[in-house]
Amino acid sequence: MHIQIDQIAKTFGTTSALHPVSLSIPQGALVALLGPSGSGKTTLLRIIGGLEYPTAGRVLFDGQDATNMSVQDRRAGFVFQSYALFRHMTVFDNIAYGLRARPRASRPAPAQIAQQVTRLLDLIQLPDIGSRFPTQLSGGQRQRVALARALAIQPRMLLLDEPFGALDAKVRKELRQGLRDIHDETGLTSIFVTHDQDEAMELADMVVVMSMGRIEQIGTPAQIRQTPATSFVRDFTAA
Amino acid sequence: MSDAVFIPRFRRASDDSPLMRLVLIAVALGGLALLVVMPLVVVIGQALAQGWGAAIASLASHDAWSAIRLTLLITAIAVPLNAAFGIAAAWFITKFDFRGKAFLITLIDLPFSVSPVVAGLCIVLLFGANSTLGGILIAHGHPVVFAVPGIVLATVFVTFPFVARELIPVMIEQGRAEEEAALTLGASGWRVFASVTLPNIRWALLYGTLLCTARAMGEFGTVAVVSGKIRGQTATMPITIEMLYNEYLSVAAFSMAGLLTCLALITLTLKTGLELRHADALAATRRH
Repeated sequence: MHIQIDQIAKTFGTTSALHPVSLSIPQGALVALLGPSGSGKTTLLRIIGGLEYPTAGRVLFDGQDATNMSVQDRRAGFVFQSYALFRHMTVFDNIAYGLRARPRASRPAPAQIAQQVTRLLDLIQLPDIGSRFPTQLSGGQRQRVALARALAIQPRMLLLDEPFGALDAKVRKELRQGLRDIHDETGLTSIFVTHDQDEAMELADMVVVMSMGRIEQIGTPAQIRQTPATSFVRDFTAA
Repeated sequence: MSDAVFIPRFRRASDDSPLMRLVLIAVALGGLALLVVMPLVVVIGQALAQGWGAAIASLASHDAWSAIRLTLLITAIAVPLNAAFGIAAAWFITKFDFRGKAFLITLIDLPFSVSPVVAGLCIVLLFGANSTLGGILIAHGHPVVFAVPGIVLATVFVTFPFVARELIPVMIEQGRAEEEAALTLGASGWRVFASVTLPNIRWALLYGTLLCTARAMGEFGTVAVVSGKIRGQTATMPITIEMLYNEYLSVAAFSMAGLLTCLALITLTLKTGLELRHADALAATRRH
């Protein structure tokens, strides 16, 4: 899906988290929102996902105004920073949640749900963990389960908030490739938030560098490395 | 057994000397015996001073039976109400940001800090025969003060904080992420509440509800003011106990006290039993 951010601004009380920002994300892109903490990148992601509403501006999906569309109707596969797996449910029930939450008319039969969940567990290469609880998984496994849960609803886009933030360096490298593979396989427009410039440069097709609620530069990793638009971008990517 | 290994006993820096340990254990057990076990023994002992027959006969009297029924009725009304209020208040406070949150939390604690007698007097002033509102209600045949509605009101007021106070810290600690995840997966608000929020708070809710139940059955001060202590009509168990004791009917008073204690013990046993049975689920709902 083609996502367009048109002059989006967000203020919390008197502090402004986003000055009007505009951004166009083409169908099927893998985009990194890169910036230090407090740069507004998570706020922007949450506005796209419908968890936060902008103070001003519009969000367009495939050219249609989706600014006031409810979070449920957006069908955005969202992976949260600490994964937010339902701790009282097994991995199977976690992944099946979105399918079971559908209105009765469009809800798949239990057998179909089971088939879907099995397929997703295979996709994340953890076929045998369906009956475990989130507490019994490692950090990397939790991240992949969160990804499978988000994919279960056949999302129109994939939004990931610091998907590798809570992992150690080795697992991080493996899962980067995992995300790239899943993106290439599903062709979903994907946006992930990160403060790690290596991660952004290595993984993304397009990097959006943000600072203090503003977009500093939009470009391919090579463009941002070679021709930083502002001194902030030069300093941040050199670090 | 020739190569038995001698394992030296290590002492941690945080270990106390054996004597100190003995003293601490003795103080803890002594306090428990003095403050918890002794009163229990005295209540049961006094109730059975003239044998089981006398105790049971005193509980079978018309007034005693009416008091037991009234207390159970009041509890059955007040506890579900406060469970619902408590969930609503905790939900509101922990899932939304708004001005005056701290003030609202203080307000929830009000019943703990206001003297029960003052609370009772407020209800009498608001709904008594001399007030406008009370006058209208009495004229339509719905008296509040010196009747069951007043006692329910008093009990609900006094036991209001129990559920909310148990839930608020748990819900703050758990944050909003799981609810948000459920929303992005397409669940409606009610479904999120029933399938994510409620299961995550169920142990705190159970604990708060049980505390609330025990307190609702035992509430004396506020109820004493609003009930009018009409024997066989508005006298709850605690009030009946006081009246019987003042009339030197100690077997009857302590029998009823023993029964009230048993009801409280049943709620406690229920909680412990549930905790043991669902230990796995309990562990799973703790933090990742």
